[in-house]
Amino acid sequence: MPVRKRQLPEIPPELVGTVHLTPLDQIYNWARKRSLWPIFFGLACCAIEMIAAAAGRFDLSRFGMEIMRASPRQGDLMMVTGTVTKKMAPQVVRLYNQMAEPKYVLAMGACAISGGPFKEGYNVVSGVDKLIPVDIYVPGCPPRPEALLNGLLSLHARMERESIRDLRWYRKGEVEEGIPVPDLGPDLIDWRLAERLEPTVRQAEE
Amino acid sequence: MSETTHPEADALIAHLQERFPGAVQPSPAPFTGLIVAREHLVDVATHLRDELGYRYLASVTGVDYPQGMDGLAPRFEVVYHLCQASGAPLTLHVHASREDPAVPSLAPLFPSAVVQEREAWDLLGIRFEGHPDLRRILLWEGFDGHPLRKDWHEVYYEEDHKPFESRYPAGEPVQAESRTPLGNNLRYPEGWSFEDWRPMVDVWGYQAHDAVAQEDNPDFPLERVVLNMGPHHPSTHGVLRLLVTLEGETIRRLEPVVGFLHRCHDKIGERNTWLGNMPYTDRLDYVCSMSNNLGYAIAVEKLLGVEVPPRAEYIRVIMAEFTRFMNHIIDIGFTGNDLGIYFTAMLMGMEERELILDLFERVSGSRMMCNYMRFGGVAHDMDEEAVALARELAFERLPRAVDKVDAYFTDNEIFRARSVGVGVLPPEMAVAYGCTGPLLRGSGVPYDLRRADPYSVYDQFDFDVVVGQNGDVYDRYLVRLGEMRQSLRILQQALDRLPDGPVMAGKKQALVKVPAGESYGRIEAPKGELAYYVVSDGGTNPYRYHVRAPSFVNLGVLGEICKGHLIGDVVIILASVDITLGEVDR
Amino acid sequence: MYIGWGFLKSFGVTARRFIESYVDDLKWFLKGGFGKRYTPEALAVRQRPSTARGIFVVQYPAERLPLPERYRGFPFLVYDEDPARPRCTACGMCARVCPPQCIWIVRASDPATGKPLREPAQFHIDISICMSCGLCAEFCPFGAIKMGHDYEIAVFERQTSLLWNRERLLRPVSYHAQIHPTAYAEEAAKAQKDE
Repeated sequence: MPVRKRQLPEIPPELVGTVHLTPLDQIYNWARKRSLWPIFFGLACCAIEMIAAAAGRFDLSRFGMEIMRASPRQGDLMMVTGTVTKKMAPQVVRLYNQMAEPKYVLAMGACAISGGPFKEGYNVVSGVDKLIPVDIYVPGCPPRPEALLNGLLSLHARMERESIRDLRWYRKGEVEEGIPVPDLGPDLIDWRLAERLEPTVRQAEE
Repeated sequence: MSETTHPEADALIAHLQERFPGAVQPSPAPFTGLIVAREHLVDVATHLRDELGYRYLASVTGVDYPQGMDGLAPRFEVVYHLCQASGAPLTLHVHASREDPAVPSLAPLFPSAVVQEREAWDLLGIRFEGHPDLRRILLWEGFDGHPLRKDWHEVYYEEDHKPFESRYPAGEPVQAESRTPLGNNLRYPEGWSFEDWRPMVDVWGYQAHDAVAQEDNPDFPLERVVLNMGPHHPSTHGVLRLLVTLEGETIRRLEPVVGFLHRCHDKIGERNTWLGNMPYTDRLDYVCSMSNNLGYAIAVEKLLGVEVPPRAEYIRVIMAEFTRFMNHIIDIGFTGNDLGIYFTAMLMGMEERELILDLFERVSGSRMMCNYMRFGGVAHDMDEEAVALARELAFERLPRAVDKVDAYFTDNEIFRARSVGVGVLPPEMAVAYGCTGPLLRGSGVPYDLRRADPYSVYDQFDFDVVVGQNGDVYDRYLVRLGEMRQSLRILQQALDRLPDGPVMAGKKQALVKVPAGESYGRIEAPKGELAYYVVSDGGTNPYRYHVRAPSFVNLGVLGEICKGHLIGDVVIILASVDITLGEVDR
Repeated sequence: MYIGWGFLKSFGVTARRFIESYVDDLKWFLKGGFGKRYTPEALAVRQRPSTARGIFVVQYPAERLPLPERYRGFPFLVYDEDPARPRCTACGMCARVCPPQCIWIVRASDPATGKPLREPAQFHIDISICMSCGLCAEFCPFGAIKMGHDYEIAVFERQTSLLWNRERLLRPVSYHAQIHPTAYAEEAAKAQKDE
C-alpha cells in the first residue's frame, strides 16, 4: 500500500502510477541497489572478467556486491557470464526458479546475449533469454570489467525508477509459477514449445 | 612440407613390418606416420609401449573421410600420437569402415585413451571394442546423431565453409533464428512427440555410483551416499560436475562429468577459415590465450612451411612465458580461495595478472582474447613502451610477486597440513593416464615439451625443468612456484636479447590456402601439453581441426587420485590439477 | 602444530599489505590534500607495475583507465568529410574475413544501369555476435573500418539495439585520429608519400 504524506497535494488519477512520490520507494530502491548480491554463476571466459571486476582493481564491493554467493537462495542478481549450452540449460532454469524475488538477470558477454561467436554450435543456446527473462545485456567478448560495471550501474538506474506498486512480485493474486525446466532428449526439450508444436507433430505422423 | 615423425622413421617401419608382417605400412604422402591394420593394433601398441618405450599416448582423435582423400578409400579413421621420453610423436592411423566403424580400444593399455575414445564415440560414432565404459562424454545420452560427421548438419547450417554467400554482396541481415522452423537452435526428429518422450534410463549417470554405494562392506557395513558436486559450484573452476560416492566422508568413487561448456569448437573449426580459427583458439583455455594462439600457429606453420623471423619468435616466447606466470599465480591464488583463504591469495594473484594484462592489451589490443599470433609471426610489433613495460614487469615487479607468494604459502603450516600427502599421483600412473604439465612434473617425471620436443626458440634459452618428488598437492604447488621463477629467467634473457627486425614473414593474408597434409602442433602450455591436430585438403578451410586439451586428459586421473581422501580434499586436489573448462569441453 | 613460524610469515605478508595501503594513502594526502590521489597523472603512477603500491583500485565511474591505442572495442566505419560518403567501397573483405560472420553488406548499385557502385547501400554488424577480434579492421584495404574504444553500451533489450546499421556505425575521421594517433599519423604520412 502506498504511503501518503499529508502535506502532499492530491494526485490526479491518471498520474498516480507514473509519479514517484514516496520516500518509501526511494529507500526501498536505494537499499536494494546498494546491496545487490550476485550469484557467482560463471560459465566461461566472461566469468574471469567478472572475477576481475570483483577483484582488486575494479572492486565490486564499492557497490555492495562483493558477496558472491553460490547459492541461488541467497542471491539477487544472476549474472549469466558465458555461453549457455544445452547441457547446462536445465541447471540455468532451475537456478533461476530457485532464486527468491526480487531477482534480476544480467546477460554478460556475446554468448549469453545471443550465443555469440558460438551461435552456430549444436550444443549452444542462442542467448540465455531463450530460457529466462533478462533485465540487462552487456555486450562484449568479453566485456571489460568497466563495461560490466557500467551495465550494473545502468541496472541500478533502472531499479531506482521502479516503484513498489508496480513490482510483479508484490502484485496480489499473481503467483509466479517458475519456468518449466527443460530436459535433455534428442535435442534440448523446451516444454514451452509443446503446446505450439504437438498439433504439427501429430499431423506429420498422420 | 610434411613433418618427419621420427628421426629413425624408416628403421622403425622396417622393424615393425618384420615383427608384425602385414600389419603396418607407411602412410602415403601428404600424411605422416603409419597405417596399422585394425586386427593388429593392440599387438603393435603393446610392442611399442613395452619394448620400444612409447609409454605416453598423447592424443586419440577420430576423422571422418566420407570421400576418402588422396587416393585412400572412404573411411573413418582413428589417429593416435604416441611419444617416447623425448622427441616428436609417432602417428598411427587405423581405418574403420563407414557402415559400422569399430576399432579395438587402447584403453586397457593406455588409460589416457579412456576419455579421448569416449569423445571420439560421442562426436563421430566410432565404437571402441573393449573400452570399459563407452558412453557419451561431451553430449548427453540420447542426443540425436554424431555431430562431427561430415553429413550431420547443425540447425543453423548455411554452407560447408565460411565465408558465406549470404553476407556479401547482397547481405540483408537475417537473424539465424528466423531461418529455422522452430525459431530456435532446436530440431526434433520426425515423428517425435513431447508426450511420448521419456528420459533415458540413468541420463544423469547415477547407476554406476549406486552400484558402488550398495556394495556391502563385510567388515563394517556403512551407509554410502552418492553426492553430486556441481555443475554450479563455487569451487569447481567452472561448470564441472563431480559425482562422488561417499562412505562417511571418505571417497570411494569419483567421476567427473563434463560437457557443460561444450561449444562445438571442432565443428565450428571446420567451417571457419584457417585465420578465422585464431580468435576461436583464444576461447579454449580462456585464461591463457596467448599460448593457445601459439600452439595453433605452430601447427599450421608446419603445413605452410613458413619460417618465423627471430624477433617474432622472441616476442612469442615472451608472451608465452608471461602467460605461464599469470596462469600459475592465479592458480595458486584460486587454490587459496578453495582452501578457505577467502579471497586474499586470489586478490594477490589477480593484481599481478592485471598488470600483465595491461601489457597484453597494449601489444595485442585486448586483455584476454588476444588474437595475436599469425601464421609466420605476430600481428603487431612491440613498441618501445611495451618493451619497457615488459622489462618493468619481468625485472622488478614479478620477482617480488613470486617472493610474496613464496612467503605466503610455502612454510604455512595450515597449507602444508592440507596439502602434503594429499592427492598423491604415482609417476607410472601419471604417464599411463597421459598427464602432462605440473601435474606430471610434480610426480617426479621431468617431461617438459620445451626440452623434450623443442619448438620456437626455446633451445636458445637457459632454464631448468622443475620437478617434484612425492606427487602430492604440495609438490605441484612447489613445481608451479619454481616454474614461475624459471619463466622470469627466460623472460629476462629474452628481453635482454630481443633482436630487431620484422615481426611477420611475408605479407599478412586473410584467406590462407594451406597445402594438403596433416600436422600435430604441440606446445608446453601452462597446464600441460596443448596440441592441435589439423588436417588440410589444400583449401582455405581446415578439413579436420582437433584440440588435444591438457585439462581434458588430466581430468581422467582425478578419479584415481581422489580415492580414499576426504570430501574436503577434493577441492584442493582439483585446484592442483588446474583445469579450465573451456579447454576440457571445447 | 598449526600455528608456527610459517603461519606468522603469511600473516606478515597480509599485514604488510594492509599497512602499506594506509601509508600509501597518507603519502598521497601529504602531497596535496584530498583529491590529489584521483588525478589522471596519479592514476598512471598508481597503475604502473614498478610504482603500484597500496590500494590498487580504479574508482570507476569517477576514474577510467586510459585505453591503449590498439584496444579493440567494436568496429566503426570511417568517413572523411561527408557522412554520406564513407571510405567504405563495399569490397566485402571484412564480411569475408569475419570469423563469426556477423557483418552483412549490401553493395549499392546504380538505379539506372544496375551496375555495382563502390559504396555500401546497407552495412550491418550484429554486435551481439561480434567477438572483437579486429580482423575486419586489420584486413580492410581502404582503412574504412576500424576498431573503436567504446565499451559502455549496456542495453535493456537486444533485438533492435544490438544490430547496428550504417548510420550507427559511422564516425568521423577526427574520432579515428583521436583514438588512434600513431596509426593515423602513419596513414597520413603514407598518403603524403603516395601523392
